[in-house]
Amino acid sequence: MVSQPGKLTPHAVLGEMLKNEVTHVVCLPDSETNWLYMLMEKEPGLDLVRVAREGQAISTASGISVGGKKPVVLIQNTGLMESGDSLRGWAMGLNRPLVLIVGYRGWTRKGVTPDTAAVYTERFLNAFNIDYYLVESDDDVSRISLAFDDAKKKNQPVAVLIGVEYEG
Amino acid sequence: MIDTADMLRVFAQYRGNSIVIPGRGGRHWVTLSDQPSRDLPLRDPAMGGHASFAFGMALALPQEKVVLFDSEGDIIMNMGALTTIAEKAPKNFYHFLLDNECYATTGGQAIPNATKTAYDVIAKGAGYRAAYAYDDLEELSNDIERILSEPGPVLVAMKVHPEIESLPINARPQWVNRSRDQMIADVQQAVGVTQR
Repeated sequence: MVSQPGKLTPHAVLGEMLKNEVTHVVCLPDSETNWLYMLMEKEPGLDLVRVAREGQAISTASGISVGGKKPVVLIQNTGLMESGDSLRGWAMGLNRPLVLIVGYRGWTRKGVTPDTAAVYTERFLNAFNIDYYLVESDDDVSRISLAFDDAKKKNQPVAVLIGVEYEG
Repeated sequence: MIDTADMLRVFAQYRGNSIVIPGRGGRHWVTLSDQPSRDLPLRDPAMGGHASFAFGMALALPQEKVVLFDSEGDIIMNMGALTTIAEKAPKNFYHFLLDNECYATTGGQAIPNATKTAYDVIAKGAGYRAAYAYDDLEELSNDIERILSEPGPVLVAMKVHPEIESLPINARPQWVNRSRDQMIADVQQAVGVTQR
């Protein structure tokens, strides 16, 4: 699959996961990530773990990580905020090098966003001292590898904010 | 009602090489365990997450038995985790539940619908392969070896005496003698995995 400059394709994001030897994707689907979700389901090397709430994703991924495998958490920014205590206690408290791929609902470069999910996302991450990278097109996806490198170096979670909807 | 320390003494005879996450039974387990390098007495990293964390370990280490001593206060904070566990159905996951019908670590306030909630029924309804309930240690002692030889996921709900703590958190006795980083490193070494 050829990358499409200016657009974000699920293939490019999946490619980064595979390049970084992700073993498990702990996820709660949202409308923005549906294309990626469908691709991941077809990928034999990935074990998809469907959760009911995002805080659960963090503690599950922390357990997978302690068990020596390499999970990624795939959630939306609304759920990121829900998962605050789990992030604090499990991922950060146990020094887990987790990458959180977060759908940045409401993000826009044009004007003022009316969506409070977007308004509070970076403030939330800053309050938790969680580093993050913004990905808006296939040109940016190498930042996902940077996030994996950072997480490993710091033994702490690092977020990747997906600022656009995927184009299948 | 079952005494948690007595129950853990019984369990200790059958733990084999299991990885044990003792949860709220941790302060008793640290004095009973014969394999501390396979234990994760993490205390309480964040309430509601023990089941998911232990399940994650079971997924990552399918060749190891993972035994969790969860609490009902934790489980009702994150009941949806039961459906995830049931869907993935790790055969190596044994989910014991210490149900003391109260929030013992905050002074003993009642849990919602404490005396009427049937966690074994909830687990079975969520899709666990098997679920049991005990309020008598002798009955549990008769069954525990068989339960631990069954494939998981299994939930074992136990009515236990509350051990109520009222001291401010900073004034409570510290029973953990290793850092969390050390515990994790010890377990990873014991099972032969490296951090990725």
